[in-house]
Amino acid sequence: MESDLLDVTFLSILVSGSATLIASAIAIPLGCFLGMRKFRGKEIVRTVTYTLYGFPPVVAGLVLYILLSSSGPLGSLQLLFTPAAMVLAQTLLVMPIVVGLTMSAVSTTSRDYTETAFVLGADGWRTARTVIHEARVGIISAVMIGFGRALAEVGAVILVGGNIQWHTRVLTTAIVLETREGDFGYGLALGAILLAIGMVFFYLMKRYQDKGMLA
Amino acid sequence: MSAIKAEGVSKSFGKRVVLEDINLEVGGGDLFAIIGPSGAGKTTLLRILCGLQPPDSGSVAVLGERLSYGKGANLTLRRRMSFIAQKPIAFRETVRENVAYPLSARGIEGGKEVVDRALEQVRLLGLAGNPGATLSGGEMQRMAFARATVYGPEVLILDEFTAHLDPQNIKLLEDALVSYQKEKGATIVLVTHNLFQAKRLAKTTAFMLDGAVVERGETSRIFNSPTDERTGAYVRGEMVY
Amino acid sequence: MKKIQMAAIAVAFIVVVAALWTWYFVQNRKGPIHLKLATTTSTQDSGLLDSILSDFESKYNADVEVIAVGTGQALELGRNGDADVLLAHSPSKEIDFVNQGYGLYRWKVMYNQFVIVGPASDPAGINGTALARTAFGMIYDSSATFCSRGDQSGTHTAEQNIWKSAGYNYSGISAQSNSTWYLSLGQGMADTLRTASEKRAYTLTDEATWYNIESQLGLTILVKGDTTLFNQYGVIPVNGTAHPAVRQDMAIGFANWVTSPETQSMINNYTISGHHVFVSNTDRVP
Repeated sequence: MESDLLDVTFLSILVSGSATLIASAIAIPLGCFLGMRKFRGKEIVRTVTYTLYGFPPVVAGLVLYILLSSSGPLGSLQLLFTPAAMVLAQTLLVMPIVVGLTMSAVSTTSRDYTETAFVLGADGWRTARTVIHEARVGIISAVMIGFGRALAEVGAVILVGGNIQWHTRVLTTAIVLETREGDFGYGLALGAILLAIGMVFFYLMKRYQDKGMLA
Repeated sequence: MSAIKAEGVSKSFGKRVVLEDINLEVGGGDLFAIIGPSGAGKTTLLRILCGLQPPDSGSVAVLGERLSYGKGANLTLRRRMSFIAQKPIAFRETVRENVAYPLSARGIEGGKEVVDRALEQVRLLGLAGNPGATLSGGEMQRMAFARATVYGPEVLILDEFTAHLDPQNIKLLEDALVSYQKEKGATIVLVTHNLFQAKRLAKTTAFMLDGAVVERGETSRIFNSPTDERTGAYVRGEMVY
Repeated sequence: MKKIQMAAIAVAFIVVVAALWTWYFVQNRKGPIHLKLATTTSTQDSGLLDSILSDFESKYNADVEVIAVGTGQALELGRNGDADVLLAHSPSKEIDFVNQGYGLYRWKVMYNQFVIVGPASDPAGINGTALARTAFGMIYDSSATFCSRGDQSGTHTAEQNIWKSAGYNYSGISAQSNSTWYLSLGQGMADTLRTASEKRAYTLTDEATWYNIESQLGLTILVKGDTTLFNQYGVIPVNGTAHPAVRQDMAIGFANWVTSPETQSMINNYTISGHHVFVSNTDRVP
C-alpha cells in the first residue's frame, strides 16, 4: 500500500506540475501581452477569460475524451488514458486562470511603472520587462492558484485518465475510489497528503513572493 | 536658443478644457518655474512637455526636435530628458538598482561610481541596499531625483518635487537641484505650489491660471511688479485657491 | 540577484517535474503489452480483480489497465475502441453490443447475487420473502423509503426489471418529482448503500459491495436467493476491425484466461469477509 501511495502522490505532482508549467509558459506571455496592450474587444477577452475560470472540469474532460478517443479526431495520437491526456486536460483548465490573473496583475501595475520607465529612457521592450517584473507578485499568485486548481481537480482527470492503477491514478481519483470502496480513513489520509503538497508549494512560493514584495 | 517650445497646445478631458492655446518658450539653461493654483493645468502641461501625453492640438519641440508621442517615439531625444512625477514610485528593487535603472535602460554597464555619486548627492548611499519600497516620502523623492539625474539629462522636468516634505529634505533637494544645474547647465522646468521656492530657485517664472499662461517673465519681476493683476493677487497671497 | 531566484524557482520546478516523468517512464519500461480492461465499478470495488489479475499478467506478460466505470460508459469505451476487453454485468446490453458488431463474442464468466437490504425494523415486512417482485410490491404499498442507484448501471437495470416484473410502470415511479419514498440518487453502489443506511431505507445491492462495507451500515439482508436476482457477468473482446489500436489478440487471450478452469476456480475461492460471493459459470465451449 505504501508504494501505491507514493505512486499516486508522484503522479499527482507530475500531472498537475506539468500542466501548470505548460499552462504558465503559454499563459504568462499571453496575459502580459493582453494586460499591457490596449485594443478593441479587450473587455470581451477579459469577460471570456473570467468566465472560463469556472469552466467545469468534467465538461473539459468529456470534450477531451471525445477528441482523444480512438474513434475521435485525435484518436491516432493514442493519448487517452495516459498521463499526457491528464496533463492536457488540466492545462486547459489552468490556462484561463493564469491568463486572467496575469492580465489583471499586469494591467493594475502597468500605468505608473510604464510611465516611470518611459521617462527614464526605457524602450518598449525594457518597459514591458519592467512592468512584468513589477507584476511578478501577482503573476506568481496566478501560477499558485493555477497549480492549486490542477491539484484539486478530479472530474477531468478521471474521465481522460481512467483512474488506472500505477498509470493514471492520482490523489484525487484515488480518493474517489477509496470512498467508493468504503475506506474513508484511507481516503482522508490521501486528502491530507494533497493538502500537504499544496501547503509546501504555497509556503515556498509565498516566501519568494514576500521577498518580491519588499525588494 | 530655446530648449522647450510649446506652440498652441490645447488639451481637454471630455468637456473640461484643461489647457487652452498654450505658447511657452523655455530658454536653454534656464531654471523655469511654473506657479499657479491647483487645477490650472500645470501637471497636464508638464506631462505633455515630457512626452507622456499628447496634446489635442498644437506642438512641442524639445532641444529643437518635435515630440511625436507614439510608443517608442523620440527615444533618442527622450534619453536626453527626464521627469519626476509628483508622487514618484520605486521599482521593486533596491535603491541602488532603482537609481541605476536609467543607465541599464540605455545599455550602460557598470557605472557604479556614477550611481554612487548620485546617491551621495541626495544622502542615500547608506540606504543603497534597501528595498525601494521601504523608503519614506522624503527619501523616495531624493531617490527619484538621483534616478532622474544619474545619466545627466539636458532637460529636467519636475512636478512638485518637494511637496509635503520637511524643511531638511526640501533644503537637501533644492541644493541638489541647484548644483546639478550649475554642473550640467541643464534646462529645468519646475512646477511648484511653493512661491518661496520659485523665488529662491527660478530665473524665470510663469503664472498659470485656468489652463492658460497669464504672465511670464524674470522671477523678480513676476513677484515684484506683475503686469497682470491676477498674477499680483496670486503672488501677494490674495487669491483664494 | 532576484532574477536568479526567480529562475531558480522555475528551474527547480521544472527539474522536479522532469524527474517525475523520468520516474514514470522507468516504472513503465518493463515493456509488457498493455491491455485496457473496461469494467464496472462494482467489479473493481469487490477486490476480485486485484486478487486474480496478477496471474494473467504473469502468464501473458501483460499489464492490465483497469478502467472502472459504469456499465453504459464501459460499453461506450468498447464501442469507441478505447478499451480492449470488457467485463460487464448487463447481459441484454452486452448481447446487443456483440450483435452490433462491436464485440467478437460474449462468454459468461460468473455471477453473483443482488440482494434486497433494508433496516432491521423492516417497515414493509419483506423479510424472508422468496420473490424480489413480491418484496418490491410490499415496499411500494407501504411507501417505505427506497434508494435507487438511478445511474443506468447494471444494478439499476436489474432494479428496473424487478419493478416491471412486479407490474409497475417504472417511469411512473421514478418520474414522480414529489415522491417522498422513491429516491433516485445517481450514485455508485457504496454511496447508495450509505445513503440508504442514513435514511433507513431499502435498496438493491450486489453482494460484493455489500460484504465490503456491511460493517459500516445499519442495514441487513432481507431478500436473497431469487434467481431473477442473479447478476451475470460476461467477458467481451472488443472487435478490432474498426479500431486498429485495439489489442485484439491480447483481449482474446484475456477471455480465454478468465474462462479457463484455473481462473474459474480462483473466482469461486475468492471471499469477502469470509463470504463466497462469485460463482463461476462460463458457457465457453472448451
